[in-house]
Amino acid sequence: MSKLVEIKNLHVEATTDAGRRIEIIKGVNIDIAKGEIVALIGESGSGKTTIALTLMGYTRPGCRIAGGALLVDGKDMAGLSERERAKVRGTEVAYVPQSAAAAFNPSQTIMDQVIEVTRIHGLMTPDKARERAIELFKALSLPSPETIGERYPHQVSGGQLQRLAAAMALIGGPKLVIFDEPTTALDVTTQIDVLKAFKSVMKAGGIAGVYVSHDLAVVAQIADRIVVLKGGEVQEEGTTEAILSTPSHPYTQELLSAFEPKETQFAGKRTDKARPLLEIENVIAGYGPIQADGLPFMKAVNSVSLSVEKGRNLGIIGESGCGKSTLARCIAGILPASAGNIIFDGKELDHDARRRSREALREMQIVFQYADTALNPAKPIEDILGRPLSFYHGLKGKARDARVDELLDMVRLPKALRYRHPSELSGGQKQRINFARALAANPKLIICDEITSALDTVVAAAIIELLKELQRELDLSYIFISHDLSVVEAICDEIMVMYRGEKVEHLTREDVKSPTHPYSKLLFSSVPKLDPTWLDTLVLEPELVRQYGGA
Amino acid sequence: MNSEIASMIGKRLVIAVITLLIVSFAVFFATSMLPGDTATILLGQAATPDAVAGLRHAMHLDEPAVLRFLRWIAGLVTGDLGTSYANNMPISKLISARFVNTMELAGITALISIPFALTLGITSAVMRGTLYDRIVTVLTIGVISVPEFMVASTAVLIFAVYLKWLPAISFVNEVHSLYDLLRMYAMPVVTLTFVVSAQIIRMTRAAVIETLSTPYVEMALLKGASRSRIVLRHALPNALGPIVNALALSLSYLIGGVIIIETIFNYPGIAKLMVDAVATRDLPLIQTCAVIFCAGYLILITIADIIAIISNPRLR
Repeated sequence: MSKLVEIKNLHVEATTDAGRRIEIIKGVNIDIAKGEIVALIGESGSGKTTIALTLMGYTRPGCRIAGGALLVDGKDMAGLSERERAKVRGTEVAYVPQSAAAAFNPSQTIMDQVIEVTRIHGLMTPDKARERAIELFKALSLPSPETIGERYPHQVSGGQLQRLAAAMALIGGPKLVIFDEPTTALDVTTQIDVLKAFKSVMKAGGIAGVYVSHDLAVVAQIADRIVVLKGGEVQEEGTTEAILSTPSHPYTQELLSAFEPKETQFAGKRTDKARPLLEIENVIAGYGPIQADGLPFMKAVNSVSLSVEKGRNLGIIGESGCGKSTLARCIAGILPASAGNIIFDGKELDHDARRRSREALREMQIVFQYADTALNPAKPIEDILGRPLSFYHGLKGKARDARVDELLDMVRLPKALRYRHPSELSGGQKQRINFARALAANPKLIICDEITSALDTVVAAAIIELLKELQRELDLSYIFISHDLSVVEAICDEIMVMYRGEKVEHLTREDVKSPTHPYSKLLFSSVPKLDPTWLDTLVLEPELVRQYGGA
Repeated sequence: MNSEIASMIGKRLVIAVITLLIVSFAVFFATSMLPGDTATILLGQAATPDAVAGLRHAMHLDEPAVLRFLRWIAGLVTGDLGTSYANNMPISKLISARFVNTMELAGITALISIPFALTLGITSAVMRGTLYDRIVTVLTIGVISVPEFMVASTAVLIFAVYLKWLPAISFVNEVHSLYDLLRMYAMPVVTLTFVVSAQIIRMTRAAVIETLSTPYVEMALLKGASRSRIVLRHALPNALGPIVNALALSLSYLIGGVIIIETIFNYPGIAKLMVDAVATRDLPLIQTCAVIFCAGYLILITIADIIAIISNPRLR
């Protein structure tokens, strides 16, 4: 096969806020053959999106191509003028963004935006373009392809938008399509449809692709070849099978091992007489005006009961919008429940955190998804950790300092970090501090709300390990909320599946493999596996998909 | 969807009317609390108590304030603006000519300043960080920081006193030709354009810059769209809401806030009329002027709100 793309010794520089220049891509070489799909994989900051965007002759503000050649179909994108690059964009190289929801202009209809490429480059008449778009909508198995284009972006779902963005990229008949984490923002049940649609359209048209992702399992389904990146350099490159079966570079091995769920023995032994640490009964919570029956208009959590035993962990899983975070906020009392009982350690708790005793607050802590927004950026770490120490334990001066050191030690961070501000820490370090702040209270129960979803796979796996170790040391219980089944499986003794505000199934570790509720079945079977043939051989019951599927 | 829009617009209109009522109430009682008794001032110090009492009765000044307020509101609604205390003329007659003058000044200023400010605002946003953008930013901040009476007085000093190019005072009656008209309007309009444009430029620039950094603008760039297409088709329509609001705020200033300009150039507009009315304790006139200013402000803001609602496809 002849080469469509040749990236030779690419260097990209970024200018920091302080005006310093740093090299973020350090001499990368990648070739792509016609009709081949190459995945760029790596953690955030590895330069995968930056490299993909340079193929369109584009760098994000503050960055510039500092050297090397970017041959796309014989043209050097680095050397072209802005006008010549614009001609290539949309016609020869097209882009599918990470968040289609943000990449669609909210004030234009979808059809106008999908066919805009043909209008800009004068490729075909608007009527012809509309016909072509409808063909693409059909090929991407979008519902009501004839009329979906007349809607505005906010009127269709995230999974549909992502496929519409692919239609927008394909309408100009490109030779190369760049996918920038196109399914990261989607639920697993939706991700499958989108991946299948992408794959069939790309194969049918013999279009080459660059697929940027941090998720090896997703990449395994769609890519012919994988390029592993770290710190702006290629670590390893090879066919998908080779990378997955015989990774040679340590970083690739680390990525793979972070993905594989580890078999660990669980500390939590079920003692028959154990009193539940937390019990909630028929809790209802939601948003909007309170109706005549005292319940909110929009019920986000509808009559959910659960119990957590001491030393054991409960995982709550479900797609976005199923009410799992609302349930967490409700247990913590941040969003007072409208009905139901919350019994913690044998005592009934007030629904509103403001009316709970300090001791009750201390024993139950919550850790939020985004450490960036949960940590006060103006305070050094020692103040962030010191605050709960003074509040709950009245610690001062030397005693407090010593305890801060202990906490940093517990979350495996060097003591010297105490003088830094959150902005001076990495994402994983910030999440550890976020967790240490909860530990500072000496709680019995910690509610973890998607604490690993904003982290890279390797970093997330390390956090999960830390959580397990701390559980053994400190006799903690966790409620672990996530949309990612593998994360929940890795740490939880029991798993509760939520769908549209209701608890649909409660599973123990033993029967995770064989869920009974149809939605759980769909959800569990939708989680991508590292096996490259998984997507092609996957058969989902159409009835299930129609009833519970995304979109 | 359309009934939803209609109900949102209806709500805005009701809020505007309620606001106007509250303001007129506040204006009425605030002016009533002004020190000094109108009857005494009108009759002079030599007046006998009987004469003062008689006049008070004739002017309904001896009635409770609430009753007078209701009488006044009823008059406003039926178009009877009352009679001036100072010269016994119907207020509608006093105001009508002045109102036309103010609207002329405001209209001419708007015609010049809106295209001028929008162009500067949008171009500086597109050329963000360039020398051009910096010059525009420095100048607008400079103009905002200098109080308008300073701009106006300096302009009078230079162009009227030293250079003697332009008249220092605007005499509407002495206009005989287009040249006269230009000479008369030059200084007030330029001064007002300065003050009004600076805000619009800054707000427009900020709104456009915000939309220019959105993913859908990046997407348009990656579709190969030209710069003008990106700005006109993708950035501007989404910046419309804040821009229209900035325009409305600035324009409402042209109706109610021109007191200083009209006073310095002795321009016979409504604001000048109101200042004179305060000097003569002419309560009905003050109240009517205040209500007119408030109404103008509310009309503009409500129009801006309605445009923002209609331009948002989520509500369409």
